[in-house]
Amino acid sequence: MSFITVKNVWQQYADQVVLEGLNLSVNEGEFCTLVGASGCGKSTFLRLLLGQERASRGEILLDGQALAGEPDSSRGVVFQRYSVFPHLTVLDNVALGLELPRSPLLGRLFGSTKKEARDHASVLLHKVGLGHSLDKYPAQLSGGMQQRLAIAQALIMKPRVLLLDEPFGALDPGIRKDMHSLLLELWRETQLTVFMVTHDLSEGFSLGTRLLVFDKVRVDPHAPGAYGARITYDIPLNSDRRANRAAVDALPAQLAGTLRIA
Amino acid sequence: MRLINRHPDRPSRLLLVILPFALVLFAYFMGSAERLMDNPNDKLLPSAVQMTDAVKRLAFTADARTGEYLLWQDTASSVRRLAIGLGISALAGLCLGIAAGTLPLFGAPLSPVLTVLSMVPPLAILPILFIVFGLGELSKVMLIVIGITPCLARDLEQRAREIPLELLIKAQTLGASTWTLMLRVVLPQLLPRLLISLRLMLGSAWLFLIAAEAIASTDGLGYRIFLVRRYLAMDVILPYVAWITLLAWLMDWGLKHLTQRAFPWHQGASK
Repeated sequence: MSFITVKNVWQQYADQVVLEGLNLSVNEGEFCTLVGASGCGKSTFLRLLLGQERASRGEILLDGQALAGEPDSSRGVVFQRYSVFPHLTVLDNVALGLELPRSPLLGRLFGSTKKEARDHASVLLHKVGLGHSLDKYPAQLSGGMQQRLAIAQALIMKPRVLLLDEPFGALDPGIRKDMHSLLLELWRETQLTVFMVTHDLSEGFSLGTRLLVFDKVRVDPHAPGAYGARITYDIPLNSDRRANRAAVDALPAQLAGTLRIA
Repeated sequence: MRLINRHPDRPSRLLLVILPFALVLFAYFMGSAERLMDNPNDKLLPSAVQMTDAVKRLAFTADARTGEYLLWQDTASSVRRLAIGLGISALAGLCLGIAAGTLPLFGAPLSPVLTVLSMVPPLAILPILFIVFGLGELSKVMLIVIGITPCLARDLEQRAREIPLELLIKAQTLGASTWTLMLRVVLPQLLPRLLISLRLMLGSAWLFLIAAEAIASTDGLGYRIFLVRRYLAMDVILPYVAWITLLAWLMDWGLKHLTQRAFPWHQGASK
């Protein structure tokens, strides 16, 4: 059974239709890249998946259940900007995700539990290459470093779905390459299902195992808002990675678990 | 070179900073000397010696009637009222601002009320405060609180709204509830802004304090100034005004440095 099912989803603001008749079914562990012209509803679709907005019509199922109508810890997100908290150090930015769910009253941990959370966060930060800047504030980091931090922050929650809204849009091409390999590495190690909005077609092709193209099929020149975008192309990509992922999934659960951790 | 491209270097900057102060003092003492030459009993522009005598009498000689040192007693009373007033305002403004700026359901009723309240001239309702709270300390503190809380709350509400939506969404994906989100994300980001707002409101706070003290009080810096006004005692009034200015400037300076020290991540706020 598919992990995420989108059934006939429409999104409409006043008389502006953004998305129309969207149908999609995505398996767990797929890496979907979303491309299309500006304003064609890619980010809107991502916001629907995030729970930041509700669809005007239709429904989205996550594992057979209707998607929660507000953001929660099952779906991580990285935005192009403003993804990290400026008032917390790098370490605390990531440890925050461990503190918030465990301390409903104060939202912070103390003593040994706090140290535990920070140790855990520090391990992940070393993995994304921020081991030497644990005590810095985000403003002291470069754009690429901030996005590494944002990714680490999202992954500490072990979400099942990772939503990326043009995460590398503001980065230099060289740094973007590094970020691609980091993201692919993390994707291989986890069971993450990734949705990534991008304006960079080559990025969409090289990263995804599935490329979704959003476009308007019907256009009324007298009423630009009358029709919304649909998914016009749904292209399977990088079959080697798909095959690897499928092979791992086919293994007995215990063995597959050790493989993923390794 | 165009004027816009000319910058003072360090020594000339210092000179330019001192110049206006020096000019004012020079003009004052010239005028003072001239008037005193015509009439040694002139009270309008006292000389430095006269003012020093007055300060000695008020600050370093026990008052014959009460045995208190008046300047310090006045300062303590005024600063205490100011501190209590500012403290209550800061707390109330922070709570109202966060509630109105973060929670749409609270913002809908609170925002318009705060806007209207901040338009009420506080001095116009001073008589009401005296009637309701009596002539004691409470009415003076309340004037400060009523005068500056709505403005603080409105400013903080605006700042809370300016926190990028992305951050609030991100916090929710990290497992924050409404309460922990306000506690760990909104509140810490607003604290430096609160200190900046307080700095801007310091002038109003002093204004309300001195107005309240002038009308009904038995001590305080404002009370003293309005008391000795009857005797045209400019030799007391002028040092008192200078002292109040110095206190206000020190508070401003202290808040500025507190902002920098306590919130190192908050860049560019005071620059």
